[in-house]
Amino acid sequence: MPPVISVANLRKTYGSLVAVDDVSFTVEEGEIFGLLGPNGAGKTTTMECVEGVRKPDAGTVRVLGHDPGARATDLQNRIGVQLQEAHLQKRIKVWEAVDLWRTLFPRTVDGEALLEELGLSEKRDANFMDLSGGQKQRLFIALALINDPEVVFLDELTTGLDPQARRTIWEMVQRIRERGKTVFLTTHLMEEAERLCDRVAVIEHGRLIELGTADELIARHCPERSVVLSSDAGLSVDAFAGMPGISSIAAIESENGRFRLAGLGDDFVSNVIERLAERSIRVTEFRTETPNLEDVFLKLTGHSIRD
Amino acid sequence: MTSLRHLVKLTWLETKIFLREPMGAIGTILIPVVLFVVLGRLFSAEPKAAGFVSNDLPVFAVMLVAIGAVLSLTTIIAIYREGGILKRLKATPLSPVVILSTHVIVKLALMSVTLTLLALAGRRFYSGPPTPAPWSFFLGAILVTASLTTIGFVLASLIRTARFAQPLGSILLYSLLSISGLFFPLEALPSGWRAVALASPLTHAVELLRGLWVGTGWASQWTAILALLATVAICTTVSSRVFRWE
Repeated sequence: MPPVISVANLRKTYGSLVAVDDVSFTVEEGEIFGLLGPNGAGKTTTMECVEGVRKPDAGTVRVLGHDPGARATDLQNRIGVQLQEAHLQKRIKVWEAVDLWRTLFPRTVDGEALLEELGLSEKRDANFMDLSGGQKQRLFIALALINDPEVVFLDELTTGLDPQARRTIWEMVQRIRERGKTVFLTTHLMEEAERLCDRVAVIEHGRLIELGTADELIARHCPERSVVLSSDAGLSVDAFAGMPGISSIAAIESENGRFRLAGLGDDFVSNVIERLAERSIRVTEFRTETPNLEDVFLKLTGHSIRD
Repeated sequence: MTSLRHLVKLTWLETKIFLREPMGAIGTILIPVVLFVVLGRLFSAEPKAAGFVSNDLPVFAVMLVAIGAVLSLTTIIAIYREGGILKRLKATPLSPVVILSTHVIVKLALMSVTLTLLALAGRRFYSGPPTPAPWSFFLGAILVTASLTTIGFVLASLIRTARFAQPLGSILLYSLLSISGLFFPLEALPSGWRAVALASPLTHAVELLRGLWVGTGWASQWTAILALLATVAICTTVSSRVFRWE
Protein backbone atom coordinates (compact mmCIF):
# COMPACT_ATOMS: atom_id res chain seq x y z
CA MET A 1 0.00 0.00 0.00
CA PRO A 2 1.47 3.39 -0.95
CA PRO A 3 2.02 5.84 1.90
CA VAL A 4 -0.77 8.31 2.63
CA ILE A 5 1.70 11.19 2.69
CA SER A 6 5.09 11.26 1.07
CA VAL A 7 7.45 14.18 1.28
CA ALA A 8 10.75 14.19 -0.60
CA ASN A 9 13.50 16.82 -0.37
CA LEU A 10 11.10 19.54 0.75
CA ARG A 11 12.61 23.01 0.94
CA LYS A 12 11.03 26.33 1.85
CA THR A 13 12.72 29.67 2.42
CA TYR A 14 11.43 33.06 3.55
CA GLY A 15 13.88 35.58 2.16
CA SER A 16 17.26 34.54 3.49
CA LEU A 17 15.78 32.30 6.19
CA VAL A 18 15.72 28.61 5.32
CA ALA A 19 12.64 27.39 7.16
CA VAL A 20 12.64 23.83 5.84
CA ASP A 21 15.70 22.20 4.32
CA ASP A 22 15.72 18.90 2.44
CA VAL A 23 13.05 17.20 4.55
CA SER A 24 11.85 13.74 3.50
CA PHE A 25 9.47 11.30 5.23
CA THR A 26 6.38 9.21 4.64
CA VAL A 27 3.23 8.76 6.71
CA GLU A 28 1.51 5.39 6.52
CA GLU A 29 -2.19 4.72 6.58
CA GLY A 30 -3.77 4.55 10.02
CA GLU A 31 -0.84 5.88 12.02
CA ILE A 32 -0.42 8.94 14.18
CA PHE A 33 2.72 10.61 12.88
CA GLY A 34 4.25 13.51 14.75
CA LEU A 35 6.69 16.25 13.82
CA LEU A 36 8.50 17.09 17.04
CA GLY A 37 10.71 20.12 17.51
CA PRO A 38 11.09 23.46 19.25
CA ASN A 39 9.24 26.58 18.14
CA GLY A 40 10.64 27.90 14.89
CA ALA A 41 12.09 24.55 13.85
CA GLY A 42 10.02 24.42 10.67
CA LYS A 43 7.20 22.10 11.79
CA THR A 44 4.32 24.35 10.78
CA THR A 45 5.92 25.32 7.46
CA THR A 46 6.42 21.64 6.66
CA MET A 47 2.84 20.81 7.59
CA GLU A 48 1.41 23.74 5.65
CA CYS A 49 3.31 22.65 2.55
CA VAL A 50 1.79 19.18 2.96
CA GLU A 51 -1.69 20.68 3.42
CA GLY A 52 -1.30 22.79 0.29
CA VAL A 53 -1.68 26.04 2.27
CA ARG A 54 1.89 27.01 1.36
CA LYS A 55 3.91 26.42 -1.80
CA PRO A 56 7.29 24.72 -1.32
CA ASP A 57 10.36 26.12 -3.09
CA ALA A 58 11.61 22.66 -3.95
CA GLY A 59 10.79 19.02 -3.38
CA THR A 60 7.81 16.78 -3.94
CA VAL A 61 4.78 16.35 -1.73
CA ARG A 62 2.06 13.77 -2.33
CA VAL A 63 -1.05 13.34 -0.21
CA LEU A 64 -3.31 10.42 -1.15
CA GLY A 65 -1.54 10.45 -4.51
CA HIS A 66 -2.27 14.13 -5.19
CA ASP A 67 -0.08 17.21 -5.32
CA PRO A 68 -1.61 19.32 -2.52
CA GLY A 69 -0.29 22.52 -4.12
CA ALA A 70 -2.85 22.12 -6.90
CA ARG A 71 -5.63 22.43 -4.28
CA ALA A 72 -7.77 19.96 -6.20
CA THR A 73 -11.31 19.60 -4.89
CA ASP A 74 -10.97 15.83 -4.76
CA LEU A 75 -8.07 16.07 -2.31
CA GLN A 76 -9.66 18.85 -0.24
CA ASN A 77 -12.70 16.67 0.28
CA ARG A 78 -10.53 13.89 1.69
CA ILE A 79 -8.40 15.82 4.18
CA GLY A 80 -9.22 17.69 7.39
CA VAL A 81 -7.12 20.62 8.55
CA GLN A 82 -6.64 22.34 11.90
CA LEU A 83 -4.29 25.32 11.65
CA GLN A 84 -2.03 26.64 14.39
CA GLU A 85 -3.37 29.70 16.22
CA ALA A 86 -6.34 29.96 13.92
CA HIS A 87 -9.42 31.94 14.84
CA LEU A 88 -12.90 32.40 13.54
CA GLN A 89 -15.04 35.49 13.45
CA LYS A 90 -15.51 36.69 17.04
CA ARG A 91 -19.28 36.61 16.86
CA ILE A 92 -19.83 33.49 14.76
CA LYS A 93 -21.82 30.91 16.70
CA VAL A 94 -20.54 27.37 17.08
CA TRP A 95 -23.41 25.87 15.10
CA GLU A 96 -22.98 28.47 12.35
CA ALA A 97 -19.34 27.52 11.88
CA VAL A 98 -20.25 23.83 11.67
CA ASP A 99 -23.09 24.67 9.29
CA LEU A 100 -20.79 26.74 7.04
CA TRP A 101 -18.18 24.00 6.92
CA ARG A 102 -20.87 21.45 6.05
CA THR A 103 -21.85 23.43 2.94
CA LEU A 104 -18.24 23.34 1.74
CA PHE A 105 -18.00 19.58 1.27
CA PRO A 106 -20.11 17.17 -0.78
CA ARG A 107 -20.07 14.46 1.89
CA THR A 108 -20.27 15.38 5.56
CA VAL A 109 -21.03 13.81 8.91
CA ASP A 110 -23.89 14.87 11.18
CA GLY A 111 -22.78 18.16 12.70
CA GLU A 112 -24.86 17.92 15.87
CA ALA A 113 -23.58 14.40 16.57
CA LEU A 114 -20.03 15.62 16.10
CA LEU A 115 -20.55 18.50 18.55
CA GLU A 116 -22.05 16.04 21.01
CA GLU A 117 -19.06 13.73 20.67
CA LEU A 118 -16.63 16.60 21.22
CA GLY A 119 -18.59 17.86 24.22
CA LEU A 120 -19.70 21.08 22.55
CA SER A 121 -23.47 20.55 22.38
CA GLU A 122 -24.10 22.95 25.22
CA LYS A 123 -22.02 25.57 23.47
CA ARG A 124 -23.69 25.31 20.07
CA ASP A 125 -25.27 28.79 20.41
CA ALA A 126 -22.21 30.43 21.97
CA ASN A 127 -20.13 33.01 20.11
CA PHE A 128 -16.65 31.87 19.14
CA MET A 129 -15.06 34.59 21.31
CA ASP A 130 -16.83 33.27 24.41
CA LEU A 131 -15.32 29.79 24.14
CA SER A 132 -12.40 28.69 26.31
CA GLY A 133 -9.10 27.72 24.69
CA GLY A 134 -9.95 24.04 24.95
CA GLN A 135 -13.43 24.55 23.52
CA LYS A 136 -12.01 26.49 20.57
CA GLN A 137 -9.59 23.69 19.83
CA ARG A 138 -12.39 21.12 20.08
CA LEU A 139 -14.41 23.19 17.63
CA PHE A 140 -11.45 23.23 15.25
CA ILE A 141 -11.20 19.46 15.59
CA ALA A 142 -14.92 19.24 14.77
CA LEU A 143 -14.39 21.40 11.68
CA ALA A 144 -11.42 19.27 10.64
CA LEU A 145 -13.57 16.14 10.92
CA ILE A 146 -16.76 17.50 9.32
CA ASN A 147 -16.03 15.95 5.90
CA ASP A 148 -15.14 12.56 7.38
CA PRO A 149 -11.56 12.93 6.06
CA GLU A 150 -9.06 10.13 5.51
CA VAL A 151 -6.15 12.24 6.75
CA VAL A 152 -6.34 14.77 9.58
CA PHE A 153 -3.74 17.50 10.08
CA LEU A 154 -3.37 18.88 13.60
CA ASP A 155 -0.89 21.71 14.15
CA GLU A 156 0.15 22.46 17.76
CA LEU A 157 -3.21 21.24 18.91
CA THR A 158 -2.78 21.61 22.65
CA THR A 159 -0.44 24.59 22.91
CA GLY A 160 -1.66 26.97 25.58
CA LEU A 161 -4.16 24.54 27.08
CA ASP A 162 -4.22 23.45 30.71
CA PRO A 163 -3.29 19.82 31.49
CA GLN A 164 -6.92 18.75 31.91
CA ALA A 165 -8.01 20.15 28.52
CA ARG A 166 -4.87 18.69 26.98
CA ARG A 167 -5.74 15.18 28.17
CA THR A 168 -9.28 15.49 26.80
CA ILE A 169 -7.89 16.50 23.40
CA TRP A 170 -5.43 13.59 23.43
CA GLU A 171 -8.26 11.15 23.97
CA MET A 172 -10.08 12.69 21.02
CA VAL A 173 -7.06 12.30 18.77
CA GLN A 174 -6.76 8.66 19.77
CA ARG A 175 -10.42 8.15 18.89
CA ILE A 176 -9.82 9.71 15.46
CA ARG A 177 -7.14 7.11 14.80
CA GLU A 178 -9.36 4.30 16.11
CA ARG A 179 -11.77 5.16 13.28
CA GLY A 180 -9.03 4.19 10.84
CA LYS A 181 -7.94 7.69 9.95
CA THR A 182 -4.37 8.83 9.51
CA VAL A 183 -3.26 11.66 11.79
CA PHE A 184 -0.35 13.97 11.02
CA LEU A 185 0.43 16.33 13.90
CA THR A 186 3.09 18.76 15.06
CA THR A 187 4.04 19.36 18.66
CA HIS A 188 6.78 20.74 20.83
CA LEU A 189 5.55 18.75 23.82
CA MET A 190 7.53 15.60 24.54
CA GLU A 191 4.73 14.09 26.54
CA GLU A 192 2.28 14.63 23.70
CA ALA A 193 4.61 12.98 21.20
CA GLU A 194 5.23 10.02 23.52
CA ARG A 195 1.57 9.52 24.39
CA LEU A 196 0.08 9.92 20.94
CA CYS A 197 2.52 9.27 18.15
CA ASP A 198 3.21 5.90 16.59
CA ARG A 199 6.21 7.46 14.89
CA VAL A 200 8.02 10.71 15.54
CA ALA A 201 10.18 12.83 13.26
CA VAL A 202 12.51 15.15 15.16
CA ILE A 203 13.03 18.43 13.35
CA GLU A 204 15.41 21.22 14.22
CA HIS A 205 16.60 24.30 12.26
CA GLY A 206 14.50 23.13 9.32
CA ARG A 207 16.19 19.75 9.05
CA LEU A 208 14.79 16.37 9.92
CA ILE A 209 17.36 14.86 12.26
CA GLU A 210 15.72 11.62 13.40
CA LEU A 211 12.72 9.45 12.63
CA GLY A 212 11.24 6.38 14.25
CA THR A 213 9.01 5.10 17.05
CA ALA A 214 9.73 6.54 20.48
CA ASP A 215 11.17 3.18 21.60
CA GLU A 216 13.42 2.98 18.56
CA LEU A 217 14.75 6.48 19.12
CA ILE A 218 15.41 5.80 22.79
CA ALA A 219 17.14 2.50 22.06
CA ARG A 220 19.24 4.14 19.36
CA HIS A 221 20.33 7.25 21.25
CA CYS A 222 19.80 6.67 24.95
CA PRO A 223 20.26 2.96 25.51
CA GLU A 224 21.48 3.41 29.10
CA ARG A 225 19.27 2.59 32.07
CA SER A 226 19.93 4.30 35.39
CA VAL A 227 19.31 3.35 38.97
CA VAL A 228 19.30 5.89 41.74
CA LEU A 229 19.74 4.45 45.19
CA SER A 230 20.54 5.57 48.70
CA SER A 231 21.93 3.58 51.52
CA ASP A 232 22.68 4.47 55.15
CA ALA A 233 25.09 1.50 55.45
CA GLY A 234 28.22 3.45 54.62
CA LEU A 235 28.14 2.36 51.01
CA SER A 236 31.02 3.31 48.73
CA VAL A 237 31.51 3.30 44.99
CA ASP A 238 33.62 0.14 45.30
CA ALA A 239 30.52 -1.91 46.13
CA PHE A 240 29.51 -1.87 42.47
CA ALA A 241 32.94 -2.19 40.87
CA GLY A 242 33.17 -4.79 38.16
CA MET A 243 29.42 -5.24 37.86
CA PRO A 244 28.39 -6.54 34.40
CA GLY A 245 27.11 -3.87 32.03
CA ILE A 246 27.89 -0.94 34.31
CA SER A 247 29.16 2.15 32.53
CA SER A 248 29.23 4.82 35.20
CA ILE A 249 28.82 5.25 38.91
CA ALA A 250 28.34 8.69 40.31
CA ALA A 251 27.87 9.75 43.87
CA ILE A 252 25.02 12.29 43.97
CA GLU A 253 25.38 13.11 47.67
CA SER A 254 28.31 11.18 49.08
CA GLU A 255 27.61 11.89 52.74
CA ASN A 256 24.13 10.36 52.50
CA GLY A 257 25.37 7.50 50.36
CA ARG A 258 23.21 8.40 47.35
CA PHE A 259 24.37 7.10 43.97
CA ARG A 260 23.36 7.04 40.35
CA LEU A 261 24.42 3.95 38.47
CA ALA A 262 24.10 3.84 34.72
CA GLY A 263 24.60 0.90 32.44
CA LEU A 264 23.68 -0.81 29.21
CA GLY A 265 21.54 -3.80 28.53
CA ASP A 266 18.12 -5.06 29.56
CA ASP A 267 19.63 -6.92 32.49
CA PHE A 268 21.29 -3.93 34.04
CA VAL A 269 18.61 -3.20 36.64
CA SER A 270 18.43 -6.90 37.62
CA ASN A 271 22.20 -6.97 37.97
CA VAL A 272 22.09 -4.08 40.40
CA ILE A 273 19.41 -5.78 42.49
CA GLU A 274 21.41 -8.99 42.46
CA ARG A 275 24.57 -7.24 43.64
CA LEU A 276 22.68 -5.52 46.45
CA ALA A 277 21.27 -8.88 47.57
CA GLU A 278 24.64 -10.68 47.33
CA ARG A 279 26.24 -8.16 49.60
CA SER A 280 23.21 -7.70 51.85
CA ILE A 281 23.30 -3.94 51.32
CA ARG A 282 20.37 -2.19 52.98
CA VAL A 283 18.91 0.49 50.69
CA THR A 284 16.55 3.26 51.73
CA GLU A 285 15.73 4.45 48.23
CA PHE A 286 15.69 2.56 44.94
CA ARG A 287 14.41 4.08 41.75
CA THR A 288 14.99 3.28 38.09
CA GLU A 289 15.18 5.98 35.48
CA THR A 290 14.31 5.11 31.91
CA PRO A 291 15.21 7.63 29.27
CA ASN A 292 12.44 9.33 27.31
CA LEU A 293 12.14 11.44 24.18
CA GLU A 294 13.31 14.46 26.15
CA ASP A 295 16.65 12.72 26.72
CA VAL A 296 16.80 11.72 23.07
CA PHE A 297 16.24 15.31 22.04
CA LEU A 298 18.88 16.55 24.44
CA LYS A 299 21.33 13.98 23.11
CA LEU A 300 20.59 14.82 19.48
CA THR A 301 20.63 18.60 19.72
CA GLY A 302 22.64 19.33 22.83
CA HIS A 303 19.82 21.41 24.30
CA SER A 304 16.39 20.97 25.81
CA ILE A 305 13.37 21.52 23.55
CA ARG A 306 12.30 24.53 25.64
CA ASP A 307 15.61 26.40 25.21
CA MET B 1 -22.44 27.01 -9.11
CA THR B 2 -20.70 25.76 -5.98
CA SER B 3 -19.04 29.14 -5.60
CA LEU B 4 -22.39 30.91 -5.85
CA ARG B 5 -23.83 28.69 -3.12
CA HIS B 6 -20.77 29.43 -0.95
CA LEU B 7 -21.14 33.15 -1.66
CA VAL B 8 -24.79 33.21 -0.58
CA LYS B 9 -24.08 31.20 2.56
CA LEU B 10 -21.05 33.20 3.65
CA THR B 11 -22.66 36.56 2.82
CA TRP B 12 -25.68 35.76 4.97
CA LEU B 13 -23.40 34.61 7.78
CA GLU B 14 -21.16 37.69 7.59
CA THR B 15 -24.24 39.94 7.61
CA LYS B 16 -25.49 38.32 10.81
CA ILE B 17 -22.04 38.54 12.37
CA PHE B 18 -21.71 42.20 11.44
CA LEU B 19 -25.11 43.09 12.89
CA ARG B 20 -24.08 41.41 16.15
CA GLU B 21 -21.23 43.90 16.53
CA PRO B 22 -22.22 46.42 19.18
CA MET B 23 -21.67 49.30 16.75
CA GLY B 24 -22.58 47.33 13.63
CA ALA B 25 -26.12 48.45 12.81
CA ILE B 26 -25.95 51.66 14.85
CA GLY B 27 -22.73 52.87 13.24
CA THR B 28 -23.59 52.06 9.65
CA ILE B 29 -27.31 52.86 9.59
CA LEU B 30 -28.50 54.93 12.52
CA ILE B 31 -25.67 57.45 12.97
CA PRO B 32 -25.52 58.60 9.30
CA VAL B 33 -29.29 59.10 9.21
CA VAL B 34 -29.38 61.04 12.51
CA LEU B 35 -26.41 63.18 11.43
CA PHE B 36 -28.10 63.85 8.11
CA VAL B 37 -31.26 65.09 9.80
CA VAL B 38 -29.50 67.16 12.48
CA LEU B 39 -26.98 68.80 10.12
CA GLY B 40 -29.68 69.38 7.54
CA ARG B 41 -31.76 71.24 10.12
CA LEU B 42 -28.79 73.43 11.03
CA PHE B 43 -27.93 74.19 7.40
CA SER B 44 -31.51 74.84 6.33
CA ALA B 45 -31.72 77.66 8.86
CA GLU B 46 -28.77 79.32 7.10
CA PRO B 47 -29.84 81.03 3.86
CA LYS B 48 -26.27 81.04 2.48
CA ALA B 49 -26.24 77.25 2.61
CA ALA B 50 -29.44 76.85 0.61
CA GLY B 51 -27.62 76.04 -2.61
CA PHE B 52 -25.49 73.38 -0.96
CA VAL B 53 -28.51 71.75 0.67
CA SER B 54 -30.55 71.47 -2.48
CA ASN B 55 -27.74 70.42 -4.85
CA ASP B 56 -24.83 68.92 -3.00
CA LEU B 57 -26.08 67.61 0.32
CA PRO B 58 -27.34 64.33 -1.20
CA VAL B 59 -23.97 63.84 -2.94
CA PHE B 60 -22.11 64.69 0.26
CA ALA B 61 -24.25 62.22 2.25
CA VAL B 62 -23.63 59.42 -0.24
CA MET B 63 -19.89 60.12 -0.25
CA LEU B 64 -19.75 59.97 3.55
CA VAL B 65 -21.66 56.71 3.64
CA ALA B 66 -19.47 55.28 0.87
CA ILE B 67 -16.25 56.30 2.65
CA GLY B 68 -17.64 54.79 5.86
CA ALA B 69 -18.26 51.54 4.01
CA VAL B 70 -14.73 51.49 2.56
CA LEU B 71 -13.12 52.19 5.95
CA SER B 72 -15.24 49.56 7.63
CA LEU B 73 -14.25 47.05 4.95
CA THR B 74 -10.56 47.90 5.30
CA THR B 75 -10.75 47.46 9.07
CA ILE B 76 -12.63 44.16 8.88
CA ILE B 77 -10.14 42.72 6.40
CA ALA B 78 -7.24 43.87 8.61
CA ILE B 79 -8.83 42.38 11.73
CA TYR B 80 -9.61 39.12 9.94
CA ARG B 81 -6.04 38.89 8.72
CA GLU B 82 -4.52 39.71 12.09
CA GLY B 83 -6.71 37.15 13.83
CA GLY B 84 -5.83 34.39 11.38
CA ILE B 85 -9.46 34.23 10.24
CA LEU B 86 -8.59 34.91 6.61
CA LYS B 87 -5.97 32.18 6.66
CA ARG B 88 -8.41 29.75 8.27
CA LEU B 89 -11.10 30.48 5.68
CA LYS B 90 -8.61 30.28 2.82
CA ALA B 91 -7.52 26.79 3.92
CA THR B 92 -11.03 25.52 3.11
CA PRO B 93 -12.54 24.84 -0.31
CA LEU B 94 -13.87 28.44 -0.25
CA SER B 95 -12.47 30.43 -3.16
CA PRO B 96 -10.44 33.51 -2.17
CA VAL B 97 -12.67 35.69 -4.35
CA VAL B 98 -15.76 34.46 -2.49
CA ILE B 99 -14.17 35.16 0.92
CA LEU B 100 -13.42 38.77 -0.03
CA SER B 101 -16.51 39.56 -2.14
CA THR B 102 -18.88 38.64 0.68
CA HIS B 103 -17.64 41.67 2.60
CA VAL B 104 -18.27 43.98 -0.35
CA ILE B 105 -21.79 42.59 -0.76
CA VAL B 106 -22.53 43.02 2.95
CA LYS B 107 -21.36 46.63 2.77
CA LEU B 108 -23.45 47.35 -0.33
CA ALA B 109 -26.54 45.76 1.22
CA LEU B 110 -26.23 47.76 4.43
CA MET B 111 -25.56 50.86 2.38
CA SER B 112 -28.77 50.33 0.43
CA VAL B 113 -30.71 50.30 3.69
CA THR B 114 -28.94 53.48 4.86
CA LEU B 115 -29.61 55.24 1.54
CA THR B 116 -33.28 54.34 1.63
CA LEU B 117 -33.59 55.77 5.12
CA LEU B 118 -31.66 58.89 4.07
CA ALA B 119 -34.02 59.36 1.13
CA LEU B 120 -37.06 59.04 3.39
CA ALA B 121 -35.54 61.43 5.92
CA GLY B 122 -34.66 63.85 3.13
CA ARG B 123 -38.24 63.92 1.86
CA ARG B 124 -39.56 64.47 5.33
CA PHE B 125 -37.06 67.08 6.57
CA TYR B 126 -35.72 68.95 3.54
CA SER B 127 -37.41 71.50 1.37
CA GLY B 128 -35.06 71.25 -1.64
CA PRO B 129 -36.41 69.91 -4.94
CA PRO B 130 -36.30 66.07 -5.23
CA THR B 131 -34.14 64.44 -7.88
CA PRO B 132 -35.94 63.65 -11.12
CA ALA B 133 -34.15 60.28 -11.27
CA PRO B 134 -34.01 58.66 -7.81
CA TRP B 135 -33.23 55.19 -9.14
CA SER B 136 -30.36 56.43 -11.27
CA PHE B 137 -28.96 58.25 -8.27
CA PHE B 138 -29.34 55.14 -6.10
CA LEU B 139 -27.60 52.95 -8.69
CA GLY B 140 -24.89 55.57 -9.03
CA ALA B 141 -24.35 55.51 -5.27
CA ILE B 142 -23.97 51.72 -5.34
CA LEU B 143 -21.56 51.88 -8.29
CA VAL B 144 -19.48 54.54 -6.53
CA THR B 145 -19.30 52.52 -3.32
CA ALA B 146 -18.52 49.27 -5.12
CA SER B 147 -15.65 50.88 -7.01
CA LEU B 148 -14.30 52.61 -3.90
CA THR B 149 -14.30 49.34 -1.94
CA THR B 150 -11.57 48.06 -4.26
CA ILE B 151 -9.39 50.85 -2.80
CA GLY B 152 -10.17 49.26 0.58
CA PHE B 153 -8.46 46.05 -0.49
CA VAL B 154 -5.34 47.94 -1.57
CA LEU B 155 -5.34 49.83 1.75
CA ALA B 156 -5.83 46.58 3.66
CA SER B 157 -2.84 45.12 1.82
CA LEU B 158 -0.57 48.08 2.46
CA ILE B 159 -1.54 48.85 6.06
CA ARG B 160 -0.29 45.96 8.09
CA THR B 161 -2.18 46.27 11.33
CA ALA B 162 -5.84 46.69 12.11
CA ARG B 163 -5.03 49.51 14.53
CA PHE B 164 -3.80 51.77 11.72
CA ALA B 165 -6.23 50.69 9.03
CA GLN B 166 -9.02 53.01 10.17
CA PRO B 167 -6.99 56.19 10.93
CA LEU B 168 -4.67 56.00 7.91
CA GLY B 169 -7.56 55.11 5.60
CA SER B 170 -9.57 58.03 7.02
CA ILE B 171 -6.76 60.52 6.45
CA LEU B 172 -6.40 59.44 2.84
CA LEU B 173 -10.08 59.26 1.90
CA TYR B 174 -11.26 62.39 3.71
CA SER B 175 -8.33 64.37 2.25
CA LEU B 176 -9.30 63.20 -1.22
CA LEU B 177 -12.92 64.10 -0.49
CA SER B 178 -11.93 67.61 0.53
CA ILE B 179 -10.37 68.24 -2.89
CA SER B 180 -13.03 66.34 -4.85
CA GLY B 181 -14.74 69.52 -6.04
CA LEU B 182 -17.61 69.07 -3.63
CA PHE B 183 -16.74 72.04 -1.42
CA PHE B 184 -15.00 74.35 -3.86
CA PRO B 185 -14.39 74.11 -7.60
CA LEU B 186 -11.30 72.29 -8.90
CA GLU B 187 -10.21 75.47 -10.66
CA ALA B 188 -9.61 77.02 -7.24
CA LEU B 189 -6.93 74.41 -6.47
CA PRO B 190 -3.20 74.96 -7.11
CA SER B 191 -2.20 73.05 -10.24
CA GLY B 192 -0.36 70.29 -8.33
CA TRP B 193 -3.40 69.57 -6.19
CA ARG B 194 -5.66 69.81 -9.21
CA ALA B 195 -3.69 66.98 -10.82
CA VAL B 196 -4.13 64.88 -7.66
CA ALA B 197 -7.84 65.71 -7.62
CA LEU B 198 -8.25 64.69 -11.25
CA ALA B 199 -6.49 61.39 -10.60
CA SER B 200 -8.61 60.73 -7.52
CA PRO B 201 -11.59 58.40 -7.99
CA LEU B 202 -13.50 60.43 -5.39
CA THR B 203 -13.53 63.45 -7.69
CA HIS B 204 -15.11 61.38 -10.44
CA ALA B 205 -17.53 59.82 -7.98
CA VAL B 206 -18.70 63.30 -6.94
CA GLU B 207 -19.03 64.36 -10.58
CA LEU B 208 -21.11 61.28 -11.43
CA LEU B 209 -23.40 61.65 -8.43
CA ARG B 210 -23.93 65.38 -9.04
CA GLY B 211 -24.88 64.69 -12.64
CA LEU B 212 -27.24 61.87 -11.75
CA TRP B 213 -28.89 63.94 -9.00
CA VAL B 214 -29.88 66.74 -11.36
CA GLY B 215 -31.06 64.20 -13.92
CA THR B 216 -28.23 64.21 -16.45
CA GLY B 217 -28.33 60.81 -18.12
CA TRP B 218 -25.67 58.10 -17.71
CA ALA B 219 -24.47 58.56 -21.26
CA SER B 220 -23.15 62.06 -20.65
CA GLN B 221 -21.29 60.84 -17.54
CA TRP B 222 -19.05 58.43 -19.43
CA THR B 223 -15.74 59.99 -18.32
CA ALA B 224 -16.65 59.62 -14.66
CA ILE B 225 -17.94 56.08 -15.18
CA LEU B 226 -14.78 55.17 -17.09
CA ALA B 227 -12.64 56.62 -14.28
CA LEU B 228 -14.49 54.54 -11.68
CA LEU B 229 -14.19 51.37 -13.77
CA ALA B 230 -10.47 52.10 -14.19
CA THR B 231 -10.24 52.39 -10.39
CA VAL B 232 -11.79 48.94 -10.08
CA ALA B 233 -9.43 47.49 -12.69
CA ILE B 234 -6.29 49.06 -11.21
CA CYS B 235 -7.10 48.35 -7.56
CA THR B 236 -8.16 44.77 -8.25
CA THR B 237 -4.97 44.12 -10.21
CA VAL B 238 -2.79 45.73 -7.54
CA SER B 239 -4.47 43.99 -4.63
CA SER B 240 -4.40 40.60 -6.36
CA ARG B 241 -0.60 41.05 -6.42
CA VAL B 242 0.00 42.54 -2.99
CA PHE B 243 -2.93 41.24 -0.94
CA ARG B 244 -1.74 39.32 2.09
CA TRP B 245 -3.80 36.61 3.71
CA GLU B 246 -1.72 36.39 6.89
